[in-house]
Amino acid sequence: MSDENGKREFPYLPDEGVVVVQRGPEPGGVGGAYRAFGETLRGLKTTFARIIEGPVTIQYPEEKTPVYPRFRGRHKLHRFEDTGLEKCVGCSLCAAACPADCIRVVAAENDPDDRVSAGERYAEVYEINLTRCIFCGYCEVACPFDAITMGHEYEIADYNREDLVFTKEMLLAEPVERTPLRREGE
Amino acid sequence: MSLLLADTSFVEATWILVVKSIVIFAVIFAIVPMLTVLERKLLGRFQARYGPNRVGPFGLLQPLADALKLISKEHYHPRAAIPALYYIAPAIVVFTGVATLAIIPFGNVQDGFGLYGIDVPIGILYFFAFGSIAFYGLLLGGWASGSKYSFLGAMRAAAQLISYEISMGLALLGAIMMAGSLSLVSIVEAQNQVWYVIPQFVGFLIFLVAGFAETNRAPFDLPEADAELVAGYGTEYGGMRYGSYAMAEYIEMFVISAVAVTFFLGGWHGPGPGFLDPIWVIVKIFAFLFLFMWVRATLPRVRYDQLMSLGWKILLPLATLNVLVTAILVTVT
Repeated sequence: MSDENGKREFPYLPDEGVVVVQRGPEPGGVGGAYRAFGETLRGLKTTFARIIEGPVTIQYPEEKTPVYPRFRGRHKLHRFEDTGLEKCVGCSLCAAACPADCIRVVAAENDPDDRVSAGERYAEVYEINLTRCIFCGYCEVACPFDAITMGHEYEIADYNREDLVFTKEMLLAEPVERTPLRREGE
Repeated sequence: MSLLLADTSFVEATWILVVKSIVIFAVIFAIVPMLTVLERKLLGRFQARYGPNRVGPFGLLQPLADALKLISKEHYHPRAAIPALYYIAPAIVVFTGVATLAIIPFGNVQDGFGLYGIDVPIGILYFFAFGSIAFYGLLLGGWASGSKYSFLGAMRAAAQLISYEISMGLALLGAIMMAGSLSLVSIVEAQNQVWYVIPQFVGFLIFLVAGFAETNRAPFDLPEADAELVAGYGTEYGGMRYGSYAMAEYIEMFVISAVAVTFFLGGWHGPGPGFLDPIWVIVKIFAFLFLFMWVRATLPRVRYDQLMSLGWKILLPLATLNVLVTAILVTVT
Protein backbone atom coordinates (compact mmCIF):
# COMPACT_ATOMS: atom_id res chain seq x y z
CA MET A 1 0.00 0.00 0.00
CA SER A 2 2.99 2.33 -0.08
CA ASP A 3 4.02 4.38 -3.04
CA GLU A 4 7.66 4.77 -4.06
CA ASN A 5 8.29 7.41 -1.37
CA GLY A 6 7.18 5.04 1.36
CA LYS A 7 4.11 7.14 2.11
CA ARG A 8 0.80 5.51 2.57
CA GLU A 9 -1.96 6.21 0.14
CA PHE A 10 -5.01 7.80 1.53
CA PRO A 11 -7.52 5.04 2.08
CA TYR A 12 -5.38 3.15 4.56
CA LEU A 13 -6.25 -0.47 4.27
CA PRO A 14 -6.15 -2.57 7.37
CA ASP A 15 -2.91 -4.42 6.84
CA GLU A 16 0.72 -4.38 7.94
CA GLY A 17 0.38 -2.82 11.33
CA VAL A 18 -2.49 -0.45 10.68
CA VAL A 19 -4.71 -0.88 13.70
CA VAL A 20 -8.38 -0.76 12.90
CA VAL A 21 -10.20 1.21 15.56
CA GLN A 22 -13.47 -0.38 16.47
CA ARG A 23 -15.94 2.34 17.25
CA GLY A 24 -19.27 1.87 18.94
CA PRO A 25 -22.40 3.38 17.53
CA GLU A 26 -22.62 7.16 17.63
CA PRO A 27 -24.38 8.55 20.68
CA GLY A 28 -27.62 10.41 20.36
CA GLY A 29 -30.84 9.81 18.50
CA VAL A 30 -33.51 7.29 19.30
CA GLY A 31 -31.05 4.40 19.16
CA GLY A 32 -28.79 6.18 21.62
CA ALA A 33 -31.64 6.77 24.02
CA TYR A 34 -32.68 3.12 23.73
CA ARG A 35 -29.12 1.95 24.39
CA ALA A 36 -28.73 4.34 27.30
CA PHE A 37 -31.92 2.97 28.83
CA GLY A 38 -30.74 -0.59 28.37
CA GLU A 39 -27.36 0.15 29.86
CA THR A 40 -29.00 1.89 32.80
CA LEU A 41 -31.03 -1.22 33.51
CA ARG A 42 -27.90 -3.31 33.23
CA GLY A 43 -26.17 -1.06 35.73
CA LEU A 44 -29.09 -1.29 38.11
CA LYS A 45 -28.93 -5.07 37.84
CA THR A 46 -25.22 -5.00 38.62
CA THR A 47 -25.63 -2.95 41.76
CA PHE A 48 -28.60 -4.98 42.94
CA ALA A 49 -26.56 -8.15 42.55
CA ARG A 50 -24.18 -6.70 45.14
CA ILE A 51 -27.02 -6.58 47.70
CA ILE A 52 -27.81 -10.22 47.07
CA GLU A 53 -24.14 -11.12 47.21
CA GLY A 54 -23.78 -9.52 50.63
CA PRO A 55 -20.96 -7.45 52.06
CA VAL A 56 -17.40 -8.61 51.67
CA THR A 57 -16.20 -6.40 54.52
CA ILE A 58 -14.11 -7.96 57.27
CA GLN A 59 -15.02 -6.13 60.49
CA TYR A 60 -11.39 -5.79 61.38
CA PRO A 61 -10.92 -5.43 65.11
CA GLU A 62 -13.53 -8.12 65.73
CA GLU A 63 -12.87 -10.28 62.70
CA LYS A 64 -9.41 -10.85 61.32
CA THR A 65 -8.12 -11.95 58.00
CA PRO A 66 -6.62 -15.39 58.54
CA VAL A 67 -2.91 -15.53 57.83
CA TYR A 68 -1.05 -18.21 55.94
CA PRO A 69 1.03 -20.73 57.93
CA ARG A 70 4.23 -19.22 56.56
CA PHE A 71 3.19 -15.66 57.41
CA ARG A 72 6.12 -13.78 58.93
CA GLY A 73 4.79 -11.97 61.96
CA ARG A 74 6.37 -11.13 65.28
CA HIS A 75 9.27 -13.40 66.32
CA LYS A 76 9.06 -16.12 68.90
CA LEU A 77 11.89 -17.69 70.90
CA HIS A 78 11.47 -21.36 71.74
CA ARG A 79 12.25 -23.71 74.58
CA PHE A 80 12.69 -27.46 74.49
CA GLU A 81 9.37 -28.91 75.34
CA ASP A 82 10.72 -31.74 77.53
CA THR A 83 13.42 -29.97 79.54
CA GLY A 84 12.14 -26.43 79.36
CA LEU A 85 15.60 -25.18 78.42
CA GLU A 86 15.98 -22.39 75.92
CA LYS A 87 16.95 -23.45 72.44
CA CYS A 88 18.96 -20.28 71.88
CA VAL A 89 22.67 -20.73 72.61
CA GLY A 90 23.64 -17.11 72.04
CA CYS A 91 25.60 -17.69 68.84
CA SER A 92 24.50 -14.34 67.34
CA LEU A 93 24.09 -15.80 63.88
CA CYS A 94 20.65 -14.20 63.72
CA ALA A 95 22.13 -10.83 64.56
CA ALA A 96 24.73 -11.35 61.86
CA ALA A 97 22.11 -12.33 59.31
CA CYS A 98 19.79 -9.46 60.17
CA PRO A 99 19.84 -6.90 57.33
CA ALA A 100 18.12 -4.30 59.47
CA ASP A 101 20.54 -4.85 62.33
CA CYS A 102 17.75 -4.97 64.86
CA ILE A 103 18.80 -8.01 66.92
CA ARG A 104 21.11 -7.63 69.86
CA VAL A 105 22.51 -10.77 71.53
CA VAL A 106 24.83 -10.82 74.52
CA ALA A 107 25.93 -14.35 75.28
CA ALA A 108 27.01 -15.74 78.67
CA GLU A 109 28.41 -19.07 79.90
CA ASN A 110 25.89 -21.54 81.25
CA ASP A 111 26.21 -22.46 84.90
CA PRO A 112 26.22 -26.31 84.91
CA ASP A 113 24.07 -26.39 88.05
CA ASP A 114 21.45 -24.00 86.75
CA ARG A 115 21.35 -24.30 83.00
CA VAL A 116 19.42 -21.78 80.97
CA SER A 117 19.99 -23.27 77.56
CA ALA A 118 20.93 -26.67 76.22
CA GLY A 119 24.29 -25.56 74.83
CA GLU A 120 27.50 -24.27 76.41
CA ARG A 121 26.37 -20.72 76.38
CA TYR A 122 23.07 -18.93 76.45
CA ALA A 123 21.73 -15.54 75.48
CA GLU A 124 21.93 -13.30 78.50
CA VAL A 125 20.38 -10.48 76.55
CA TYR A 126 18.26 -11.10 73.50
CA GLU A 127 16.52 -8.04 72.14
CA ILE A 128 14.72 -7.41 68.88
CA ASN A 129 13.94 -3.84 68.00
CA LEU A 130 10.66 -4.27 66.17
CA THR A 131 10.62 -0.68 64.99
CA ARG A 132 13.55 -1.56 62.77
CA CYS A 133 12.71 -5.17 61.94
CA ILE A 134 11.66 -5.67 58.34
CA PHE A 135 10.22 -9.15 58.95
CA CYS A 136 12.40 -10.74 56.31
CA GLY A 137 12.81 -13.97 58.25
CA TYR A 138 16.59 -14.24 57.75
CA CYS A 139 17.09 -14.73 61.48
CA GLU A 140 14.86 -17.76 61.34
CA VAL A 141 16.86 -19.15 58.43
CA ALA A 142 20.20 -18.39 60.07
CA CYS A 143 19.40 -20.03 63.40
CA PRO A 144 21.09 -23.46 63.65
CA PHE A 145 18.82 -24.62 66.51
CA ASP A 146 15.42 -23.36 65.33
CA ALA A 147 15.42 -21.24 68.44
CA ILE A 148 13.84 -18.24 66.74
CA THR A 149 10.91 -18.42 64.36
CA MET A 150 8.54 -15.91 62.90
CA GLY A 151 5.13 -16.07 64.53
CA HIS A 152 1.74 -15.02 63.21
CA GLU A 153 1.27 -11.95 65.35
CA TYR A 154 1.02 -8.73 63.39
CA GLU A 155 -0.77 -6.36 65.77
CA ILE A 156 2.37 -4.91 67.31
CA ALA A 157 1.63 -1.21 67.14
CA ASP A 158 2.39 0.74 70.29
CA TYR A 159 2.60 4.28 71.58
CA ASN A 160 6.29 4.35 72.48
CA ARG A 161 9.26 3.21 70.51
CA GLU A 162 10.87 1.93 73.71
CA ASP A 163 7.99 -0.50 74.15
CA LEU A 164 8.74 -2.03 70.80
CA VAL A 165 12.16 -3.27 71.81
CA PHE A 166 11.15 -6.81 72.70
CA THR A 167 13.25 -8.50 75.33
CA LYS A 168 13.99 -12.19 75.65
CA GLU A 169 11.23 -12.69 78.20
CA MET A 170 8.66 -11.12 75.92
CA LEU A 171 9.79 -13.18 72.97
CA LEU A 172 9.82 -16.38 75.00
CA ALA A 173 6.42 -15.80 76.51
CA GLU A 174 3.59 -17.67 74.87
CA PRO A 175 1.91 -14.91 72.86
CA VAL A 176 -1.80 -14.39 73.12
CA GLU A 177 -2.77 -16.03 69.86
CA ARG A 178 -4.99 -13.43 68.29
CA THR A 179 -4.45 -14.16 64.65
CA PRO A 180 -6.53 -16.84 62.99
CA LEU A 181 -4.63 -19.23 60.80
CA ARG A 182 -5.78 -19.87 57.28
CA ARG A 183 -7.01 -23.40 56.81
CA GLU A 184 -5.72 -25.69 54.11
CA GLY A 185 -6.84 -24.52 50.70
CA GLU A 186 -8.52 -21.35 51.99
CA MET B 1 -65.38 29.51 53.13
CA SER B 2 -62.13 30.96 52.10
CA LEU B 3 -60.90 30.42 48.57
CA LEU B 4 -57.89 28.49 49.76
CA LEU B 5 -59.89 25.55 50.99
CA ALA B 6 -61.04 22.71 48.84
CA ASP B 7 -64.33 22.94 47.04
CA THR B 8 -64.60 19.23 47.69
CA SER B 9 -66.72 18.07 50.53
CA PHE B 10 -65.74 19.38 53.88
CA VAL B 11 -63.82 21.94 55.79
CA GLU B 12 -61.93 21.15 58.93
CA ALA B 13 -61.74 23.11 62.12
CA THR B 14 -58.75 25.33 62.64
CA TRP B 15 -57.47 23.39 65.61
CA ILE B 16 -57.37 20.25 63.50
CA LEU B 17 -55.25 22.06 60.94
CA VAL B 18 -52.89 23.22 63.66
CA VAL B 19 -52.54 19.70 65.00
CA LYS B 20 -51.98 18.43 61.48
CA SER B 21 -49.19 20.88 60.76
CA ILE B 22 -47.45 19.90 63.99
CA VAL B 23 -47.83 16.24 63.08
CA ILE B 24 -46.42 16.87 59.60
CA PHE B 25 -43.37 18.58 61.06
CA ALA B 26 -42.91 15.79 63.58
CA VAL B 27 -43.25 13.10 60.95
CA ILE B 28 -40.87 14.67 58.49
CA PHE B 29 -38.22 15.42 61.08
CA ALA B 30 -38.47 11.83 62.23
CA ILE B 31 -38.30 10.47 58.71
CA VAL B 32 -35.29 12.46 57.52
CA PRO B 33 -32.82 10.90 59.98
CA MET B 34 -34.22 7.49 59.09
CA LEU B 35 -33.64 8.27 55.44
CA THR B 36 -30.06 9.34 56.01
CA VAL B 37 -29.21 6.13 57.78
CA LEU B 38 -31.21 4.08 55.27
CA GLU B 39 -29.40 5.69 52.39
CA ARG B 40 -25.98 5.11 53.89
CA LYS B 41 -26.78 1.51 54.74
CA LEU B 42 -28.23 0.82 51.32
CA LEU B 43 -25.33 2.48 49.54
CA GLY B 44 -23.07 0.30 51.60
CA ARG B 45 -24.93 -2.83 50.58
CA PHE B 46 -24.89 -1.75 46.95
CA GLN B 47 -21.13 -1.47 47.23
CA ALA B 48 -20.78 -4.83 49.01
CA ARG B 49 -20.00 -3.29 52.39
CA TYR B 50 -21.98 -2.73 55.58
CA GLY B 51 -22.43 1.00 55.89
CA PRO B 52 -22.58 2.62 59.32
CA ASN B 53 -22.88 -0.05 62.03
CA ARG B 54 -20.94 1.34 64.97
CA VAL B 55 -23.24 3.85 66.68
CA GLY B 56 -26.02 2.10 68.52
CA PRO B 57 -27.59 -1.18 67.44
CA PHE B 58 -26.93 -1.74 63.73
CA GLY B 59 -25.71 1.85 63.48
CA LEU B 60 -29.24 3.16 63.89
CA LEU B 61 -28.14 6.02 66.14
CA GLN B 62 -25.76 7.33 63.48
CA PRO B 63 -28.06 10.24 62.48
CA LEU B 64 -28.24 11.29 66.12
CA ALA B 65 -24.47 11.42 66.29
CA ASP B 66 -24.34 13.31 63.00
CA ALA B 67 -26.92 15.83 64.14
CA LEU B 68 -25.18 16.36 67.48
CA LYS B 69 -21.92 16.97 65.70
CA LEU B 70 -23.46 19.40 63.21
CA ILE B 71 -25.39 21.31 65.87
CA SER B 72 -22.38 21.68 68.13
CA LYS B 73 -20.28 23.22 65.37
CA GLU B 74 -19.26 26.85 65.33
CA HIS B 75 -21.60 29.38 63.75
CA TYR B 76 -19.55 30.93 61.07
CA HIS B 77 -19.99 32.85 57.89
CA PRO B 78 -17.33 33.78 55.36
CA ARG B 79 -16.25 37.42 55.24
CA ALA B 80 -17.53 37.84 51.68
CA ALA B 81 -20.97 36.51 52.58
CA ILE B 82 -24.10 38.58 53.03
CA PRO B 83 -25.05 37.44 56.52
CA ALA B 84 -28.84 37.81 56.51
CA LEU B 85 -29.33 36.01 53.21
CA TYR B 86 -26.64 33.50 54.04
CA TYR B 87 -28.47 32.59 57.22
CA ILE B 88 -31.99 32.55 55.81
CA ALA B 89 -31.32 30.49 52.67
CA PRO B 90 -31.12 27.01 54.28
CA ALA B 91 -34.25 27.78 56.28
CA ILE B 92 -36.14 28.56 53.07
CA VAL B 93 -35.22 25.21 51.56
CA VAL B 94 -36.33 23.25 54.60
CA PHE B 95 -39.50 25.28 55.03
CA THR B 96 -40.64 24.83 51.45
CA GLY B 97 -39.93 21.14 51.54
CA VAL B 98 -42.01 20.63 54.66
CA ALA B 99 -44.77 22.91 53.37
CA THR B 100 -45.11 20.84 50.22
CA LEU B 101 -45.71 17.76 52.29
CA ALA B 102 -48.95 19.32 53.55
CA ILE B 103 -50.85 18.45 50.37
CA ILE B 104 -49.77 14.83 50.16
CA PRO B 105 -52.78 12.64 50.95
CA PHE B 106 -51.99 9.67 53.15
CA GLY B 107 -55.56 8.49 53.18
CA ASN B 108 -59.07 9.52 52.43
CA VAL B 109 -61.39 11.22 54.86
CA GLN B 110 -61.90 8.80 57.71
CA ASP B 111 -64.04 9.51 60.75
CA GLY B 112 -64.45 13.09 59.64
CA PHE B 113 -60.73 13.61 59.46
CA GLY B 114 -58.69 13.83 56.27
CA LEU B 115 -55.35 12.12 56.39
CA TYR B 116 -53.59 14.98 54.67
CA GLY B 117 -52.45 18.42 55.67
CA ILE B 118 -54.85 20.33 53.49
CA ASP B 119 -56.74 19.56 50.31
CA VAL B 120 -56.14 22.69 48.27
CA PRO B 121 -58.20 23.05 45.08
CA ILE B 122 -55.13 24.23 43.16
CA GLY B 123 -53.48 21.00 44.28
CA ILE B 124 -50.33 20.35 42.40
CA LEU B 125 -49.79 24.04 41.58
CA TYR B 126 -49.11 24.48 45.29
CA PHE B 127 -46.37 21.89 44.96
CA PHE B 128 -44.82 23.71 42.01
CA ALA B 129 -45.14 27.06 43.74
CA PHE B 130 -43.23 25.88 46.76
CA GLY B 131 -40.78 24.07 44.53
CA SER B 132 -40.04 27.38 42.85
CA ILE B 133 -39.54 29.10 46.17
CA ALA B 134 -37.12 26.34 47.10
CA PHE B 135 -34.90 27.47 44.20
CA TYR B 136 -34.47 30.75 46.03
CA GLY B 137 -33.01 28.86 48.91
CA LEU B 138 -30.36 27.33 46.67
CA LEU B 139 -29.79 30.48 44.64
CA LEU B 140 -29.61 32.81 47.62
CA GLY B 141 -27.41 30.41 49.51
CA GLY B 142 -25.00 30.10 46.62
CA TRP B 143 -24.96 33.77 45.81
CA ALA B 144 -24.86 35.10 49.35
CA SER B 145 -21.92 32.88 50.23
CA GLY B 146 -19.67 35.13 48.16
CA SER B 147 -17.69 32.25 46.74
CA LYS B 148 -17.06 31.23 43.15
CA TYR B 149 -17.87 27.57 43.69
CA SER B 150 -21.09 28.39 45.48
CA PHE B 151 -22.08 30.81 42.76
CA LEU B 152 -21.38 28.33 39.98
CA GLY B 153 -23.29 25.66 41.86
CA ALA B 154 -26.22 28.01 42.38
CA MET B 155 -26.29 28.96 38.71
CA ARG B 156 -26.25 25.33 37.73
CA ALA B 157 -28.99 24.56 40.20
CA ALA B 158 -31.14 27.35 38.81
CA ALA B 159 -30.65 26.30 35.20
CA GLN B 160 -31.25 22.65 35.99
CA LEU B 161 -34.32 23.17 38.13
CA ILE B 162 -35.93 25.52 35.62
CA SER B 163 -35.38 23.18 32.70
CA TYR B 164 -36.66 20.15 34.48
CA GLU B 165 -39.61 21.74 36.21
CA ILE B 166 -41.30 22.26 32.84
CA SER B 167 -41.01 18.62 31.85
CA MET B 168 -42.14 17.63 35.30
CA GLY B 169 -45.25 19.79 35.11
CA LEU B 170 -46.09 18.48 31.66
CA ALA B 171 -45.58 14.91 32.82
CA LEU B 172 -48.09 15.45 35.61
CA LEU B 173 -50.49 17.21 33.26
CA GLY B 174 -51.42 13.92 31.64
CA ALA B 175 -52.55 12.47 34.95
CA ILE B 176 -54.34 15.71 35.83
CA MET B 177 -56.29 15.61 32.57
CA MET B 178 -57.27 12.01 33.10
CA ALA B 179 -58.49 12.76 36.62
CA GLY B 180 -60.06 16.05 35.62
CA SER B 181 -58.96 17.71 38.82
CA LEU B 182 -55.97 19.45 40.33
CA SER B 183 -56.71 18.32 43.85
CA LEU B 184 -54.47 15.48 44.90
CA VAL B 185 -57.23 13.78 46.83
CA SER B 186 -59.48 13.71 43.76
CA ILE B 187 -56.61 12.45 41.64
CA VAL B 188 -56.08 9.53 43.98
CA GLU B 189 -59.80 8.86 44.08
CA ALA B 190 -59.85 8.79 40.27
CA GLN B 191 -57.34 5.97 40.34
CA ASN B 192 -59.56 3.44 42.08
CA GLN B 193 -59.96 1.52 38.81
CA VAL B 194 -56.45 1.57 37.43
CA TRP B 195 -53.30 3.27 38.65
CA TYR B 196 -52.10 5.97 36.30
CA VAL B 197 -48.72 4.32 35.99
CA ILE B 198 -50.26 2.11 33.29
CA PRO B 199 -52.07 4.61 31.04
CA GLN B 200 -49.53 7.33 31.80
CA PHE B 201 -46.39 5.23 31.63
CA VAL B 202 -44.46 7.74 29.54
CA GLY B 203 -45.51 10.53 31.86
CA PHE B 204 -44.37 8.39 34.80
CA LEU B 205 -40.91 7.88 33.30
CA ILE B 206 -40.55 11.56 32.48
CA PHE B 207 -41.64 12.49 35.98
CA LEU B 208 -39.15 10.05 37.43
CA VAL B 209 -36.20 11.43 35.46
CA ALA B 210 -37.26 15.02 36.10
CA GLY B 211 -37.72 14.15 39.76
CA PHE B 212 -34.15 12.96 40.02
CA ALA B 213 -33.05 16.27 38.51
CA GLU B 214 -35.39 18.30 40.75
CA THR B 215 -34.00 16.79 43.91
CA ASN B 216 -30.40 17.28 42.76
CA ARG B 217 -29.79 13.60 43.19
CA ALA B 218 -27.38 11.42 41.30
CA PRO B 219 -27.05 11.18 38.33
CA PHE B 220 -28.13 14.82 38.10
CA ASP B 221 -26.36 16.12 41.19
CA LEU B 222 -24.50 18.73 39.20
CA PRO B 223 -25.25 21.66 41.51
CA GLU B 224 -23.25 19.97 44.24
CA ALA B 225 -20.89 18.08 41.96
CA ASP B 226 -18.21 17.43 44.55
CA ALA B 227 -15.62 16.50 41.96
CA GLU B 228 -15.58 19.85 40.22
CA LEU B 229 -17.47 22.34 42.38
CA VAL B 230 -16.41 21.19 45.85
CA ALA B 231 -20.00 21.19 47.05
CA GLY B 232 -21.76 23.70 44.80
CA TYR B 233 -24.09 26.09 46.60
CA GLY B 234 -23.27 24.44 49.91
CA THR B 235 -19.52 25.00 49.75
CA GLU B 236 -19.38 27.76 52.34
CA TYR B 237 -21.93 26.25 54.68
CA GLY B 238 -21.04 24.37 57.80
CA GLY B 239 -22.69 23.01 60.88
CA MET B 240 -26.44 22.72 60.98
CA ARG B 241 -26.83 25.13 58.04
CA TYR B 242 -25.11 22.58 55.89
CA GLY B 243 -27.26 20.01 57.69
CA SER B 244 -30.38 21.93 56.67
CA TYR B 245 -29.42 21.68 53.03
CA ALA B 246 -28.78 17.98 53.40
CA MET B 247 -32.06 17.60 55.23
CA ALA B 248 -33.91 19.58 52.56
CA GLU B 249 -32.56 17.21 49.95
CA TYR B 250 -34.07 14.28 51.79
CA ILE B 251 -37.33 16.09 52.39
CA GLU B 252 -37.57 16.90 48.70
CA MET B 253 -36.80 13.32 47.84
CA PHE B 254 -39.60 12.23 50.13
CA VAL B 255 -41.99 14.79 48.63
CA ILE B 256 -41.17 13.83 45.05
CA SER B 257 -41.69 10.19 45.91
CA ALA B 258 -44.97 11.05 47.58
CA VAL B 259 -46.14 13.04 44.54
CA ALA B 260 -45.17 10.17 42.26
CA VAL B 261 -47.13 7.78 44.46
CA THR B 262 -50.12 10.12 44.47
CA PHE B 263 -50.17 10.68 40.73
CA PHE B 264 -49.06 7.37 39.34
CA LEU B 265 -49.18 4.62 41.94
CA GLY B 266 -52.70 5.10 43.17
CA GLY B 267 -51.91 6.83 46.45
CA TRP B 268 -53.64 5.05 49.28
CA HIS B 269 -55.28 2.41 47.08
CA GLY B 270 -54.29 -1.07 48.06
CA PRO B 271 -55.80 -4.24 49.41
CA GLY B 272 -56.93 -4.36 52.99
CA PRO B 273 -59.22 -2.31 55.21
CA GLY B 274 -59.28 1.47 55.32
CA PHE B 275 -56.91 1.89 58.22
CA LEU B 276 -54.13 0.38 56.08
CA ASP B 277 -54.30 3.33 53.66
CA PRO B 278 -51.47 5.40 55.19
CA ILE B 279 -49.35 2.25 55.43
CA TRP B 280 -49.81 1.66 51.71
CA VAL B 281 -48.79 5.22 50.91
CA ILE B 282 -45.69 4.93 53.07
CA VAL B 283 -44.75 1.55 51.62
CA LYS B 284 -45.03 2.94 48.10
CA ILE B 285 -43.06 6.04 49.05
CA PHE B 286 -40.28 3.93 50.48
CA ALA B 287 -40.21 1.84 47.32
CA PHE B 288 -39.53 5.07 45.46
CA LEU B 289 -36.90 6.15 47.94
CA PHE B 290 -35.24 2.80 47.46
CA LEU B 291 -35.20 3.49 43.73
CA PHE B 292 -33.64 6.90 44.35
CA MET B 293 -30.86 5.31 46.37
CA TRP B 294 -30.45 2.45 43.94
CA VAL B 295 -29.98 4.86 41.06
CA ARG B 296 -27.54 6.89 43.11
CA ALA B 297 -25.47 3.78 43.71
CA THR B 298 -25.54 2.89 40.03
CA LEU B 299 -25.27 5.83 37.69
CA PRO B 300 -22.34 8.20 37.27
CA ARG B 301 -22.98 11.93 37.13
CA VAL B 302 -23.93 13.20 33.67
CA ARG B 303 -22.08 16.05 32.01
CA TYR B 304 -23.65 19.50 32.13
CA ASP B 305 -24.40 19.66 28.39
CA GLN B 306 -25.87 16.16 28.54
CA LEU B 307 -28.08 17.28 31.37
CA MET B 308 -29.34 20.27 29.42
CA SER B 309 -29.85 18.41 26.17
CA LEU B 310 -31.69 15.61 27.97
CA GLY B 311 -34.00 18.12 29.58
CA TRP B 312 -34.75 20.29 26.57
CA LYS B 313 -34.30 17.95 23.62
CA ILE B 314 -35.73 14.70 24.90
CA LEU B 315 -37.87 15.14 27.99
CA LEU B 316 -39.65 18.34 26.99
CA PRO B 317 -40.78 17.18 23.50
CA LEU B 318 -41.68 13.78 24.90
CA ALA B 319 -43.70 15.32 27.70
CA THR B 320 -45.46 17.66 25.27
CA LEU B 321 -46.29 14.77 23.00
CA ASN B 322 -47.58 12.81 25.97
CA VAL B 323 -49.84 15.69 26.96
CA LEU B 324 -51.17 16.04 23.41
CA VAL B 325 -51.90 12.35 23.04
CA THR B 326 -53.55 12.23 26.45
CA ALA B 327 -55.63 15.29 25.62
CA ILE B 328 -56.87 13.70 22.40
CA LEU B 329 -57.63 10.41 24.12
CA VAL B 330 -59.41 12.08 27.01
CA THR B 331 -61.53 14.14 24.61
CA VAL B 332 -62.38 11.20 22.39
CA THR B 333 -63.33 8.73 25.10
